[in-house]
Amino acid sequence: MFRKLHDPGPSAVTVLIDGKAVSAEAGENLAALLLRQPEGWNRTSTVSQSPRAPYCMMGVCFECLAEVDGVGSVQTCLTTVRDGMRVSRQLGRRMLSA
Amino acid sequence: MTPVSAQGFDVAVIGGGLHGLTAALSLARAGRSVVILERNWIGRHASSATAAGVRTLGRDLAEVPISLEAMEMWHHIASIVGDDCGFHAHGQFKVAEFDSHMPALQEREVTMRKLGYGHEEMIDAAELRRLIPSLSPHCVGALIARNDGAADPHRTIAAFRGACERAGVTIVEGCGVGAVERQGDDWLLGCGVRSFRAPAVVNAAGAWAGRVAALFGESIELGVRASMMMATERLAPFLAPVVSVVGRALSFKQSDQGTLVIGGGLQGAADIDRQRSTVNFVELAKGARASSDLFPIVQGVRIARCWTGIEAQTRDHIPVIGASPQTPGLFHSFGYSGHGFQLVPVLGEIMRDLVVDQKTTRSIAAFAPARLMQGRHAA
Amino acid sequence: MSAVDLLIVGAGPAGMAAAVVARRHGLDVLVVDDQPAPGGQIWRSVETVAASPRGARLGDSYLAGASRAAAFRSGGAAYEPGAQLWQIEPGFRAFVTSGDKARTVSARAVILATGAQERPVPFPGWTLPGVLTVGAGQILLKTADQVPEKPVWIAGSGPLPLLYMTQLLAAGGKVAGFLDTTPPGRLGAALRHLPAALGKAGDLWKGVAWTLALKRAGVKTVKHVAEIEARGEGRLQSLRYRRQGGAWQETPAEVLLVHEGLVPSIHAPLALDCKVEWRHDQRCYAPVLDGWGESSQPGLFVAGDGAGIAGAIAAEHRGTLAGLAVAARLGKVSAAMAEAEAAPARKVLERELAFRPFLDALYEPRPQVFAPPDETVVCRCEEVTAGTLRARAAVGRPGTNQVKAFTRAGMGPCQGRQCGYTVMHILGSAQNRPPEALGFYRIRPPLKPVTLGELAALEQPDNAA
Repeated sequence: MFRKLHDPGPSAVTVLIDGKAVSAEAGENLAALLLRQPEGWNRTSTVSQSPRAPYCMMGVCFECLAEVDGVGSVQTCLTTVRDGMRVSRQLGRRMLSA
Repeated sequence: MTPVSAQGFDVAVIGGGLHGLTAALSLARAGRSVVILERNWIGRHASSATAAGVRTLGRDLAEVPISLEAMEMWHHIASIVGDDCGFHAHGQFKVAEFDSHMPALQEREVTMRKLGYGHEEMIDAAELRRLIPSLSPHCVGALIARNDGAADPHRTIAAFRGACERAGVTIVEGCGVGAVERQGDDWLLGCGVRSFRAPAVVNAAGAWAGRVAALFGESIELGVRASMMMATERLAPFLAPVVSVVGRALSFKQSDQGTLVIGGGLQGAADIDRQRSTVNFVELAKGARASSDLFPIVQGVRIARCWTGIEAQTRDHIPVIGASPQTPGLFHSFGYSGHGFQLVPVLGEIMRDLVVDQKTTRSIAAFAPARLMQGRHAA
Repeated sequence: MSAVDLLIVGAGPAGMAAAVVARRHGLDVLVVDDQPAPGGQIWRSVETVAASPRGARLGDSYLAGASRAAAFRSGGAAYEPGAQLWQIEPGFRAFVTSGDKARTVSARAVILATGAQERPVPFPGWTLPGVLTVGAGQILLKTADQVPEKPVWIAGSGPLPLLYMTQLLAAGGKVAGFLDTTPPGRLGAALRHLPAALGKAGDLWKGVAWTLALKRAGVKTVKHVAEIEARGEGRLQSLRYRRQGGAWQETPAEVLLVHEGLVPSIHAPLALDCKVEWRHDQRCYAPVLDGWGESSQPGLFVAGDGAGIAGAIAAEHRGTLAGLAVAARLGKVSAAMAEAEAAPARKVLERELAFRPFLDALYEPRPQVFAPPDETVVCRCEEVTAGTLRARAAVGRPGTNQVKAFTRAGMGPCQGRQCGYTVMHILGSAQNRPPEALGFYRIRPPLKPVTLGELAALEQPDNAA
C-alpha cells in the first residue's frame, strides 16, 4: 500500500518475511518495509484474529508487532532492518515453542 | 454531629471486597436487611488485585476443614451466585525442583492422610511431565490437589455483587465509615454526612480492618501485605493448572484470555494511608526468574502490567474470623494474609451462622479475634 | 547499577536542549531514547535526511533539526538510542532495556521529554490495515522516503494534515481528497485569540500558504466532515463520510490517514504518581508543573510537548529551562545565574504559548471523536467496542478503572494509550459527568512490555548491598 520514492541501490539488504526474501534499504525501519509488502498486514489480533498493520509508526499503538529473529511481539516501528533478518507475521495469540 | 436520621438495617457490612459481599449475600438470604458500606468501590483493593487461586493445597491445618467445604461450593458456584466466576478445576501443583525438596512434600502428604484428608497427592517426575509438558524437565515431582483451580477475580466480584443486589443488599460505594457510636442496641456508623444504624456490624475491611476495629475501641494487631502480580501478553493456551514451587515465591497460571498471571507473594511497598502500593521490580525479578526457570519457554514473553494489592496479614498468617469478645454486635472477617479468595463462599455461611445463630458448627476456633487483641479486655 | 546526575528520557527537541544546557553546566547526563537517532518525531532521521535532496522537500522547520542534533551530539551527554525506559522508582532508579538487555540506572534528577502522541480517533473500521495516522504517514516520508502507492485520503483537522499534504505533493505523492473535519464556526471562535497569536504571524502565514498550495494543486477538499467509516475485508477498501446530518458518500480507498491533534504522552508521569490536570482547551491531561517544568514529584521534570502541546520551539525552550533547573538544584549554577540564563528562554516560550489558544480553538476536535458509534472498536488491543463500554457504563456508576477491570479495555500492550480518553468520554457521557470527573486509567508498570527473561536477569542475590 506504500512505495518508496527512491531505489536503495547498492545499499540494499535482504530481509526474510515469512521465508520470502525481500529487499530493503540498509538502516530503514522494519514497519516501513512491512507496509510495502503486498500482504499489507503484520499480525492478526489476539481476540478476533483480524489483520492489523502499523498504525502510529512511533511506538505507541503496538499494532506493528511481529516476530523478529525468533523474538515475539517486537515493535517493528522501533526496529531497524538488518541483512538476513528473519521476520514472521504473528497470528493471534503467540504460540510458545521450546 | 449526629445526623437527623440514620438509615436502619439489621446488619451493616464495612468493606465491599469479596469477604464483605459473601457475608452480605448469606445474611440477606437469611432474611436480614443488609447494607454494605464501601469506602471506594466494590472490589477496589485485594479482591481485584488477587490471582484468584482456588486452592486447598498446602493450607494451614486450621484452615483445611473450611477450605474443603469452600472447595465443594466452588464446584457449583454458579448455583450460588448465578455465574461460574470463570472457575476451572485444573488442579494446583506444588513442584519440587530438586530431590532435596521432595521429603517435605512427602511428609505433608503423609500428615494429611493421617488426618483423614485425601485431597493432596504426590506425583513423580513422569506423571508431572505428562500433566504439564511445558514444565522444565529438571523438576522431580510435585504435591498436587486435582480438584483445585483458579477463577476470574473480576467475574467473581461481578457475580457476588449481582447476587447481593438480587438478594436485596443495599450497596453504598464511596462511603467510608469514619465514626462509630453506640445508640441503645444499635451501632451508629457515620460516613461523612451520611449515617447508618444496625445492631450487627461485620468488619470486612481487609487491610484497614484494624482501623475499623479501633473505631469500636478494639486493638487488633494486624500487618499489611502488598503482594505483587504480573500479567503478560495473551498467549495460545499451553498450561491449565496453577503451579507453585518449593522454596520460591511463585504462583504461575494461564488465564482464560491466554495471559500468564504470575504472583506468589513477592512483596512491594504498601502505603495504607494513601491506599496506594507500588511495585519493586528488583524484587519482582525473582518471580520472573522462577517463572523462566520452571517454564523456559516463557523467557521471551512480554509483561503487559504489574500491580500490587493491599491486604491484611496476621502474625500467624491465618485469618481473624469470629464475634468480637469485647464488643457486642461486632463480627470480624479479615486478615486472610494472601489466601482468602478460595474461602469466600464458605465465609458467607460462617458469618451468617455467627450473626444469625450466634454460633457455628464450622471449625473456626483457631481464627478467634482474641488471639491478636491487646488491652484490658483481651481474653 | 550505573549512576548519573541527570537522566533524560527522549532525544527530541526538549531532550536534546536539556542535555546541551545540563552538559554546559557540568552535569553528568544520560539520554535514553527509543528511536535509533536523535530528533524525536518532528526531526525523525534528520541527521541522514537533511543532507540529502529529500531534506529540502520537508521544509525549513525540519532542516532546523540538523544543527540541534549536531549540538546534542557534541555536547557530551551519554546517549543511548534504541533504549526503552519502562519504570522509574522514587529516588530515582530507572529501568531501561536496550538490545534485549534490561538494566537499572540511578539518577539524582529525571527529565521526561517523551513528547506527544496523536489523539486517538476511533471510528468504525479504524483498525483495518490501510488506516494510519497522518503522523505515521509523515514519519514514513521522513524516514523511508515512502508514500502511499495510490492517491491517499486524508481526514482530520489541524496543521499537520496541511503540512503533510504539502510535503507529500512536493515529493511526488498524490492526494485523493482531504476530508476536513474542522466543524463549522471554529474560525470565528478562534478569532478572539488572534491578537495574542500575532506574535507568531509567520506561523499563521504558513498555514495560509499550505492551504493555498493545496488549492493550487487541485486537492479536493470536503469541509465540515463529521463522521467517517473505513470499510473492507481484511484491509481498507472504501471510505464513507458525511457532514453533520448529511448523506453518506462512499469512495474506494486503499490508504486513509487521520489526525485530530496531539495529546501529551502522560503514561510516565501518571505511573510516577505526578499530579496531572485536565486541560479543557486541549481535551487532554497534562502534568502539573512549575515554571521550570518540575512536577509534583521533586526532582522529576517534564519538558516538551509532554508538558502540554506547544510545538517544537516551545519544547526546546522548556528543555532548556528544565536542564537549567536541574543544574541549579544540583549546585552547578546559582539560582540567580539560572534565572538570568532562563530569561530569554522564558520570553520565547511565552510567545509560543500565546499562539496556542488560537490553534486550540481553531482545531478543537469535533464531538464525534469522543463519541464513536457502538460498533467501533475503542480498545484496539483487547478489541472492546463502544457499545460494550456503554453497556457497562449503565451498571452502577463505574469509574474508568472499574470498566477496565470488567471489560479489559486498556489492559493490552498499549496500556490504554489508544483508548483511555475515549473510555473517559463514553463513561462521562453515559453518566452525565464531565470526562475529567472519571479520570484516566491507573497506569501499571512496566511502561513498555519488557520480557520475563529481561526482568529475570535483574535478579540480585538476597544479601546484596
